[in-house]
Amino acid sequence: MKRKTTLGVTALGAVLALGLSACGGGGAATPSQSGSAPAGGGAKAEFNAALTQVFNPSDKKGGILKFANAGDWDSLDPADTYYGYSWNFIRLYGRSLVMFKPAPGKESTQLVPDLAETLGVPSDDAKTWTYKLRAGVKFEDGTPITSKDVKYGVLRSLDKEVFPDGYTYFNDTLDLPKDYKGPYKSKGVNTDKAIETPDDQTIVFHLKQAYSGFDYFAQLPATIPVPEAKDTGAKYKEHVISSGPYKFDKNEIGKGFNLVRNDQWDAASDPNRKALPDGYEVTTNVNADDIDNRLLSGDLHVDIAGTGAQPATLGRVLTDPALKANTDNPTITRLWYTSINGNVKPLDNLDCRKAVEYAADKVAYQTAYGGEFSGGQIATSLLPPGIPGHQDINPYPAGADNHGDVTKAKEALTACGQPNGFETNISYRAERPKEKATAEALQQSLAKVGIKLTLKPFPQADYFALYAGKPGYAKDNKLGLAVNGWGADWPDGYGFLQQMVDSRVIRETGGSSNISVRDPEVDKLLDQASLETDVAKREPIWGQIDQKVMDDAYILPGIWAKSLLIRGKGVTNVFYSEATGMYDYLSMGLQ
Amino acid sequence: MSFLELNDLRVHFPTDDGLVKSVDGLTFKLERGKTLGIVGESGSGKSVTSLAILGLHKGGRAMISGEIWLDGEELVSASAEHVRTLRGKKMAMIFQDPLSAMHPYYTVGAQIVEAYRIHHHVSKAVARKHAIDMLGRVGIPQPERRIDSYPHEFSGGMRQRAMIAMALSCDPELLIADEPTTALDVTVQAQILDLMRDLQQEFNSALIIITHDLGVVAELSDDILVMYGGKCIEYGTAEDIFERPEHPYTWGLLGSMPRLDRARTERLMPIKGTPPSLINVPSGCAFHPRCAFEGRTGGKANTQVPELLETEGGHLVRCHLPREERRAIWENEIKPNLESV
Amino acid sequence: MVTYIIRRLIWGVVMLAIVSMTTFAIFFLVPRLAGATSDSLAARYVGRTANAEQVKIAAERLGFNDPLIVQYGRFAKGIVVGADYNYGPGVERCPAPCLGYSFLTRLPVWPDLLTRLPVTISLALGAAVIWLIAGVATGVVSALRRGSFFDRASMSIALAGVSLPIFFTGIVSLVLFSYGRPFAITAPGGSFTPFFTNPVQWAYSLLLPWITLAFLYAAGYARLTRSGMLETMNEDYIRTARAKGLTERVVVFKHGLRGALTPILTIFGLDLGLLMGGAVLTESTFSLPGIGKYAIDAITSQDLPKVMGVVLVTAFFVVLANLVVDLLYAVVDPRVRLT
Repeated sequence: MKRKTTLGVTALGAVLALGLSACGGGGAATPSQSGSAPAGGGAKAEFNAALTQVFNPSDKKGGILKFANAGDWDSLDPADTYYGYSWNFIRLYGRSLVMFKPAPGKESTQLVPDLAETLGVPSDDAKTWTYKLRAGVKFEDGTPITSKDVKYGVLRSLDKEVFPDGYTYFNDTLDLPKDYKGPYKSKGVNTDKAIETPDDQTIVFHLKQAYSGFDYFAQLPATIPVPEAKDTGAKYKEHVISSGPYKFDKNEIGKGFNLVRNDQWDAASDPNRKALPDGYEVTTNVNADDIDNRLLSGDLHVDIAGTGAQPATLGRVLTDPALKANTDNPTITRLWYTSINGNVKPLDNLDCRKAVEYAADKVAYQTAYGGEFSGGQIATSLLPPGIPGHQDINPYPAGADNHGDVTKAKEALTACGQPNGFETNISYRAERPKEKATAEALQQSLAKVGIKLTLKPFPQADYFALYAGKPGYAKDNKLGLAVNGWGADWPDGYGFLQQMVDSRVIRETGGSSNISVRDPEVDKLLDQASLETDVAKREPIWGQIDQKVMDDAYILPGIWAKSLLIRGKGVTNVFYSEATGMYDYLSMGLQ
Repeated sequence: MSFLELNDLRVHFPTDDGLVKSVDGLTFKLERGKTLGIVGESGSGKSVTSLAILGLHKGGRAMISGEIWLDGEELVSASAEHVRTLRGKKMAMIFQDPLSAMHPYYTVGAQIVEAYRIHHHVSKAVARKHAIDMLGRVGIPQPERRIDSYPHEFSGGMRQRAMIAMALSCDPELLIADEPTTALDVTVQAQILDLMRDLQQEFNSALIIITHDLGVVAELSDDILVMYGGKCIEYGTAEDIFERPEHPYTWGLLGSMPRLDRARTERLMPIKGTPPSLINVPSGCAFHPRCAFEGRTGGKANTQVPELLETEGGHLVRCHLPREERRAIWENEIKPNLESV
Repeated sequence: MVTYIIRRLIWGVVMLAIVSMTTFAIFFLVPRLAGATSDSLAARYVGRTANAEQVKIAAERLGFNDPLIVQYGRFAKGIVVGADYNYGPGVERCPAPCLGYSFLTRLPVWPDLLTRLPVTISLALGAAVIWLIAGVATGVVSALRRGSFFDRASMSIALAGVSLPIFFTGIVSLVLFSYGRPFAITAPGGSFTPFFTNPVQWAYSLLLPWITLAFLYAAGYARLTRSGMLETMNEDYIRTARAKGLTERVVVFKHGLRGALTPILTIFGLDLGLLMGGAVLTESTFSLPGIGKYAIDAITSQDLPKVMGVVLVTAFFVVLANLVVDLLYAVVDPRVRLT
């Protein structure tokens, strides 16, 4: 369900000072189109028609968009939500300081100001970030939104007892008073040290350490303003006070809710939102297969979870050209891979690791995850195509048919001094059938060159903490290979790579996602990228890191995950957003 | 023509194992005010006969042939609906074991009222009054109170009285009592039999008592019909049957009859063997496998079916033994044994 | 009679206590016996970003560090006198019967159950009417025409009905009668309309679930009625009824069915009571936001207060149904004495 994994608490500990970043350049943001359909849009139903352009563009207002969710929100409260679809959807009823541009293709990864007039203005040391709020923005009850409401929203999100579902980016980076526990428990504590509101339109964030990517934090739902007078703690999710074009009408947690137009929202203050439909009807906890069927029949417009069609639907959709024409098959920013642990002999030898890279049957890897459409595309390196800095490289071609290159693998084995192969173990999460299938596929393809794998399943809850992610255990138990996976909270090279390849996140006590990459040069490149203020210079560094890790052969890339999204019937302005990894929910309308 | 006449009545049931000839050629007559006792072991066809008279086999699997004449009407060929209108009114039945024969969920009164109102278009109140009357007449104390009791709240004797009241509620001209006293203890049996005799005289109805117990019919019956294997094997007046029985089976019944005037310690003389299969009826005389005198028939017992022949003055017997020999056996071998103690 | 009811009610309360203790024990004692600690239990309810310290705080807040008996006592006390919770700017009063706050949503459980009960009750009652009428009618006709084509056909269908799972029959019926078909007879999943809001819409949204659920039960009731009728129609009192000259219709319905229905009444009461705890598969298949769906969601997310709430509500209805059935039994069958 949770398609986005956390960037991790420790990620912020490792955040290095960045200079003024180009992407945070004050006032440089271009307001996105308002009202006019982007060029290149079309209404012809074709496979992948909404992947890089707007499908069925229209400015027609009216109608009720029907959404359904197979599960339920972690919370509708902006302080308490960590689902990708929730971040996507929340923009209908909440305005954070900054947002990802609601536009198709690469543009969707751009940050644009939302509640703020411009992107964040950093101080010279990038430890202080200042935002000016747009004038005339009001809550649904007509109260003007001030910087204090934004500050209150951020502060309350720090209370992880009341809002445990959210992220800890602000807890970890803001220069908060010691032992500050949020406005409920630390009543009256002066927090100006962390967030200042010199006037009603200005908010200033003070960080413990410099961080040039703070705008990525400013787009988080926690910066959506919350009126303190209306805050009801855990119950606030039952009626979030809207700052966006829609507000809650009826909300029954666990069943669903309705959004209606918020008459206090002023289109003039909001260049990003079209607000086409008259309202939204959202049903939660709907049977997943039921959702697919209703999408195809037109009873429903959007499967809000955005994780793609169910296995039962896939077969039906992919074999019926008429149905397939109404689907999109994007590659999302997630890599399924296998860690090659250099601590386990003989994998300490580069050539032995290379033998694994060559021998692996990539097609079988893909099949293990469900094939081309629901599984993903075969990955030849770490960075998914959607992440800036991605380069098409393939250091270890797996033969002409992608079933593994036995000749090259054997050459590598000979170079490694193990011409007849060797024995090692492969670990995977016991609850995940796809990982088990992956381990079995590797077992078969590596056996062709004499590398004998023994399958070692572990419970997923403790996979990283106690087993594969605990260096001592992995070494003692000869876990040479470990099936693994990683996705980013948002499409950014640092967020994607740092937890995966920075050797400094590996702790002897266990718990890190990086199991195998230990290369000081990679660490150096990461630091270098963090310090690089010029995005044009920084992005190629992600590619260099990718290349270096591949050269080290510490990671066997499997596939870049894909999902099969179904476009609802009669829905206008459908397009895939790389920022969210699903359709953009802000721009949709009805024919 | 008599009030009730059966002519060669046959009731056969097709089953997976073969044809069950429950009643196989039964003929008798009965006048108003008279009582006929039909005696036999279970499975001899006596209950099937009574259900056939009431038309309760209609619509079922039974194959019925022959004639049943009731007051000048032939019932075998009559429509089921017509026979239904006669049931309960013209002819009624008292069943064995009134606990199971009465519906446990309805009060005694409701069941009598229902029986009355199906044939008389009267109000519930009138029917209820009639039911109280009937309960009173069968000797139930405080009938206006007991009418609202459920069958399980009655004692066995009371229940049988209620059953009788229900059967008599429409003044039936033919009353069939199937083992009316079997489920009752001995003193109550006597009371019920007295009651039935009194009522029969009062209503002047024809009465058929069906029982396996000759003792019951001894007190009430004018005529007695002994059935065996679906056939009548002896028929005569009560005096004929008790004083001059000629069939070895009847002797057996007499020997196994408990009598109030006999000591409880006395050993009964059961009939050896088991009742005949109605599918694979024994060849020849159906009784011959159990008959002590089978050897004296000159080999006819298991080859020829004996005919029902008049021995004298309406006394009919179905037996291969020569008449003289039967009388001799009775006088010399059976009767002394029965009375010896 | 009154003392009987009082005694049964007291016994019912004891029953509920036992059920809640058992649930509590399964939830807390069993994992602890398997080696779980307070922290590892709490770790389920702290979101994805919590560190060890936050887990410890959560364990303390949820009371996992107290002895089990204290935890249970706190829960039981909440039901009787209510409890206070602090999940925000101020203290919230959770009035009795307080079934606690969800570990995950941090919202009280009782209001959730109250909003879901109408769905489950609507589903159960509607389906019950259909299956009772259809099942009993089929059973009676089958019994009276034993061995006929109707009997064989309906009993084969009944066997299918008993054997086929809801998630099969439900999906088949959805594919046939919903999903944008011109003759769609049900509203999109999850759109329950309360009866008092719009009775027509209410029935429209429930028709297919009713029929699907009723099919399952009707099948059982048809078989039960059939065998009951076959047995009853062989009873002596049926012969007596016929001997009285009653028409066959009266014999069958007044005398036969009355006898055959008594055991059906018992099972009907218990089935209905159990269904009040949610028709899990039906609610899941048709995405009806009832108690059953709630239960599934609660169990998969291991949200104890919700699980307890559902278990107690279900147990309450089963106990109540038992009592009502027994009382009705005494009304239906005069031989039954309530002592």
